Amino acid sequence: MPHTLAEKLLISHSEVDDASPGDIIMVRCDLVMANDVSGPVAFRQMERMGVQRVFDPSKVVMVSDHFMPAKDARSAALQKRLKSWSDLQGVYYYGQGRGGIEHTVLVEDGWIVPGMVIAGGDSHTCTYGALGAFGTGLGSTDIAACLAFGEFWQQVPGTIQVEFTGHKGSFVAGKDLILAVIADIGVGGGANAVLEFVGEGAASLSLDDRLAVANMAVEAGAETGIFPADEVTARYLDRRADREWHPERSDPDASYVRKVKIDLNSLEPLVALPHSPGNVVAVSEARGTKIDQVYIGNCSNGTITDLRQTAEILRGNRVHPDVRAIIVPASQKVYRQAISEGLIDVFVEAGAVVSTPTCGACFGGHMGVLAEGERAITTTNRNFKGRMGSPLAEVCLANAYVAAAAAVAGEIVEPASICSEPVR
Amino acid sequence: MIIEGRAVLVQQDNVDTDMLYPGAYLNIDDPEGMKPYLFEGLDPGLREELDGDVILVVGENFGAGSSREHVVQAMKAWNIRCVLGKSFVRIFYRNCINLGLLAIVQPQAAEEIKANDIVRIDTKAGELSAAGRRYSIPQIPDFVLDMVSSGGLVSWASRRMEENTGP
Repeated sequence: MPHTLAEKLLISHSEVDDASPGDIIMVRCDLVMANDVSGPVAFRQMERMGVQRVFDPSKVVMVSDHFMPAKDARSAALQKRLKSWSDLQGVYYYGQGRGGIEHTVLVEDGWIVPGMVIAGGDSHTCTYGALGAFGTGLGSTDIAACLAFGEFWQQVPGTIQVEFTGHKGSFVAGKDLILAVIADIGVGGGANAVLEFVGEGAASLSLDDRLAVANMAVEAGAETGIFPADEVTARYLDRRADREWHPERSDPDASYVRKVKIDLNSLEPLVALPHSPGNVVAVSEARGTKIDQVYIGNCSNGTITDLRQTAEILRGNRVHPDVRAIIVPASQKVYRQAISEGLIDVFVEAGAVVSTPTCGACFGGHMGVLAEGERAITTTNRNFKGRMGSPLAEVCLANAYVAAAAAVAGEIVEPASICSEPVR
Repeated sequence: MIIEGRAVLVQQDNVDTDMLYPGAYLNIDDPEGMKPYLFEGLDPGLREELDGDVILVVGENFGAGSSREHVVQAMKAWNIRCVLGKSFVRIFYRNCINLGLLAIVQPQAAEEIKANDIVRIDTKAGELSAAGRRYSIPQIPDFVLDMVSSGGLVSWASRRMEENTGP
């Protein structure tokens, strides 16, 4: 029976010989991940299951990133618990100054290779689809079962084929591709399905752009988003990952729930207006929207590519006097790379604040939350009401060029209008 | 399984996990501590309606966003017995089932049930009733019913452990 890539990965990680969308199967994990928010709740549940030890310490990773560095004693206690539990279980632990934001760290440190199934205690575990892996976000009780038994239950999803045709133009980034998809199918359009990204436009994307696209599959309600592994994947993994992997693709005659086409040739930089990632307009339509804060970072768009794009806009410019700009490299490695390329100097010179890697303000935790009546433009993945602080604040989502341009202009503008200006 | 409770309505669609339990309170890890923050970003006044056995009646695409289980842990702590809605987002639905909280999709019932109606759900008969009206429940997979009726994934996993078969 022909299958899609996602179906193949799930079947190969189960005891069943075959399965169809709708079937409920038990799926084996190649890796289980949790953080300072989801981990401690999972540990409690694992204890209640009567299980003392994890199923395989080499397949478990814990990352302190949400309230890191700890913003108060309660957050510090969670991180203390995460570390002591990790030490006791003998599992890998990324603490402060060691890694950064979970999804970025696991990808750049070679934990993830194509064909894997990853259960993560964070909804953006779908990010690993950038590498052709089935990464899926689960709640803490699910994670507890994964830690205990190495398995989770899963209803086999159908697949929506998203074909990117053509090539993206200047100032267009991975963020715009996924915002275009969410605008097309809607925030519930991916329900009970996997988004599979194919076509020449997908193949031409850098790994960093793929991470941004796969990361937001969950904002369309999808189980995960996935790119078939190719030469771009292989080049990225070379000298990074030592696990063996083989590229896998959907069968040519596999059946899809639906097919969607997005033409990259005509795609402009986009903005998701408050309060939904599906409320998408072209940047030109959002022009003139006043901004109080710019936040560049998080697990979808805190890569070195995003920081280079930010520097391209900020170099020789100043952050507008009425704007606070916060730039958060997604990992220690990205941070160091940005230092060696002189990007951090550009940011600080421009008047931006540069933070250590953290999930921080993206989820309304700390380090940049918004006051009532304020509006931000961010490269994060959610602009839900109250997501970044006050429910009376507003968040717009965009790529790093657009966010950085707003930092300079004090309002949303086309990035080309900043880059073509003479250096001040 | 028979579940009965008083209807509390959340009428808007696309209610996300940030409305249901804002990120600022994610550094709480025990359910009793989570309880006071349920609905904090949506309407804190809703908590005053959570007295006794409650059936939460919700709209489309309920529970979008985060995998934070705090939402469902807090719902359980408030004695919400079932969430009845037009549609649920995957991770939220999973969290409900895993914590033994039945989540039922029945768009017509979710549209017609009024606040404070007494809702009675009979999973075996495959129907629910409220204010003298009856609605059929779409088929719930046996696996899901088994999980919910055994009290969620913790009890289900413990039972499987005792049977020594693994999950």
